[in-house]
Amino acid sequence: MKLKNTLKASTAAALVLIGTAVYAESHSATHPVTGEALAAEQMFTYSTIDEIPSIDPGLVEDVEGSAVVRDLFEGLLNQDSDGNPIPGVATGYEVSDDMLTYTFTLRDNAVWSDGSPVTAGDFVYAWQRAANPETASPYSWYIELMSIENAAAVIAGEKPITDLGVTAIDDKTLEVRITQPLPYFPQMVTHGTTFPVPQHVVEEFGNDWITPEHFVGNGAYVLTERVLQERLVREKSETYWDKDNVIMDKVVMLVINDSTQALTRWQAGEIDKTAQGLPPGQYPSLVAEYPTEAIAVPSLCSYYYNMNMRDTAPEWAKDARVRQALSLAIDRDIIVEDVLSAGQFPAYTFTPGATAGFEVPTVEAAGMTQAERNEKAKALLAEAGYGSDNPISLEILYNTSESHKSIAIAVSQMWKQTLGVETTLANMEWQTFLEERGNGNFDVSRAGWCGDYNEASTFLDLMNSSSGYNDAGYNNAEVDALLAEAKTLEDPSANYTKIEEIISVDVPIIPIYHYTENFMLNDAVKGWPFDNVQQNWYSRELYKVAE
Amino acid sequence: MLSFIARRFAVAIPTILVLIVISFILMFAAPGGPFNAERPLPPQVLANIEAKYGLDQPYWKQIVDYVWNVVAHFDFGPSFKYKDRSVNDIIAQGFPVTLTYGFWSFVVAVIVGVTLGVFAAIRHNTWIDYLAVGISIGAQSLPNFVMAPMLVIVFTLWLGWLPGGGWNGGQVQYLVLPVIALSTSYMASIARITRSSMLEVLNSGFIRTARAKGLSDTRIILRHALKPAMLPVLSYLGPAFVLMVTGSVIVDSYFSTGGIGVYFVNAAFNRDYSVMMGITILMGALTILFNLIVDLLYAWIDPKIRY
Repeated sequence: MKLKNTLKASTAAALVLIGTAVYAESHSATHPVTGEALAAEQMFTYSTIDEIPSIDPGLVEDVEGSAVVRDLFEGLLNQDSDGNPIPGVATGYEVSDDMLTYTFTLRDNAVWSDGSPVTAGDFVYAWQRAANPETASPYSWYIELMSIENAAAVIAGEKPITDLGVTAIDDKTLEVRITQPLPYFPQMVTHGTTFPVPQHVVEEFGNDWITPEHFVGNGAYVLTERVLQERLVREKSETYWDKDNVIMDKVVMLVINDSTQALTRWQAGEIDKTAQGLPPGQYPSLVAEYPTEAIAVPSLCSYYYNMNMRDTAPEWAKDARVRQALSLAIDRDIIVEDVLSAGQFPAYTFTPGATAGFEVPTVEAAGMTQAERNEKAKALLAEAGYGSDNPISLEILYNTSESHKSIAIAVSQMWKQTLGVETTLANMEWQTFLEERGNGNFDVSRAGWCGDYNEASTFLDLMNSSSGYNDAGYNNAEVDALLAEAKTLEDPSANYTKIEEIISVDVPIIPIYHYTENFMLNDAVKGWPFDNVQQNWYSRELYKVAE
Repeated sequence: MLSFIARRFAVAIPTILVLIVISFILMFAAPGGPFNAERPLPPQVLANIEAKYGLDQPYWKQIVDYVWNVVAHFDFGPSFKYKDRSVNDIIAQGFPVTLTYGFWSFVVAVIVGVTLGVFAAIRHNTWIDYLAVGISIGAQSLPNFVMAPMLVIVFTLWLGWLPGGGWNGGQVQYLVLPVIALSTSYMASIARITRSSMLEVLNSGFIRTARAKGLSDTRIILRHALKPAMLPVLSYLGPAFVLMVTGSVIVDSYFSTGGIGVYFVNAAFNRDYSVMMGITILMGALTILFNLIVDLLYAWIDPKIRY
């Protein structure tokens, strides 16, 4: 199997690295591989915007929570600094010829922080717990997304949790049965929802098992302090199987609700890294002042506008030429350079170009100059029978935020100038916005989507007519068929390219830009995975060099 | 006196019940719900979650169950947003924080405010009066969301004396900036109320009598004028104390103290029903309690008042 070999190669590479490392007990003054002088105090402090909803692997639902879970627990596979799967608790796996059964072999030296061994049964328990209706995990759908046998029925409470397609063959062998081949399945088990939880502790303490007093994990760190809305501290675990290669001793997460305040405290040296998202408009001046510490990396997220394509939508919205014209008339370069100015990429496709295995199709609009796009937009709108004598007026719905507002203002100006379209702006508080958008009460609505895993289907599945996230109400049988077929192909990239081409003509959505992650990172912190497009970082890969 | 207290408590219980019911109605009237998100949950997953939190029950049953759990078990339920924490956990962790910085803010505001007000009144229409009035108008018109960033820029970034935020178990250096930010506007109000009420008292007949008897100024002010002048201040202090010890959204979110003030707004945005209810009840109960304490203090200050 191809996948298995890749995994073995990276294991070998990792072993060579470890083997060549001359690493003395505790901290030698230099990094074992790079030879850099290490700082005496290995403590990493970073900020998040919001408190994490949960750090229980079975309940974790957000990006920051996942980062904590990756430190406190270890799943079957981890990601390397490029985002490729590498061995975690599993040393390797085998895939059956029909690609429907995965057999993972667990390492012998993986133990919980209370000393008991990590077994295949812990994974079975964790996966059943995540799918169990009684747990009511907001991420139980992830188990279904993994196509695990009987997942949907278990979540719906129609079958007992023991029917879930995951079995402990023995203590060190885990078998997973899925219902359709998923080329990216190994990627999926690097996500927190699939991490093991200690059954004996969870059953003894209930919800309190995840507090510092009772915590037991199998990751490189253990939880030592948690004050909601203030801080979460984790310290190096003495029982982690690879602890000799962990340099960072202590990791402190601070909740700082205000990005300006986080920046000030970074400047004062109180934190090493700010949360994703610098104060609006400040990135250019920060790059000038801190060229190596103001960071912008591409991320797997797209910002776009939904066009309402439901039956209830206004008449003009049902004409593909109008939708195309509206898309063409948006000057993405102005939006990314002048409105946002934080290194974002103009978007002409839904899927970001940084996505693994995704070849960006040659969408016509991407190759044109804005003047050409505007000409074409005017022609299309005239062809559809709209113009100064029959003007279109529409409303852009967005959730209250300065940057959404700036973009909406810029877009409405472009539509007005190029097409004579009258635009009103409607902003709503977040929950109200979600309800209105979900019910299709809009002409054009703002949206953002971040990939759950590094593969184009995490975006394009939204274009499926049956997707719960298809707010545009888009329904194209050809797209549905291509998506269904993609699940069965070894290399589905041609299908993805084709779908992007179709949606560039149908325009159910107007892609505007692909996000970047912007943050400040202290120069002394090394090992940050800049090349991992999902920015899945592990504290055990980080270290601080001496100033 | 005792029967007065008993009567007040008897009224407090229905008041809190009414508070609960109105809050519940407002909560359910607001569009959206705690589990709406950018990516809507699949219907089955949503159904499981709603069943776990009892949201699939009729409204009347939710209210009855809620009140029963609060009264019988003192259990405010699980947080809808912070899924591995309960409202009791959140209040137990956050309330001591706001109580600490709120209490010290109160102390600072009262001491500085009363002092400023008294001096302004006894040196009426002199430069001391103008300075004191100027300070209190300045402090009042500088909102704490402007004050907080300014304090951080000066004391953290420029001078490097104090941490720009955090709590860290409540060490003194983490307390200073939140206390300054929170106390200034209260201090200003207290100073203004003290000044005007002191002026009124100083012009009244019994003070003139005291002066005629040849008492010293200090004795007149401390012994005769201050106590009656404090009555209007006191009625302001009761609610102000509650507001201070339940924290401020600005202070909590700007200084990342981990106090409960921040939940008041966040819970509303997140539709975290149980946290919103828990904090509303806490604030309601404290308000009732401190209004009672203020009423009792009235009787102590003004012998004319009897219960």
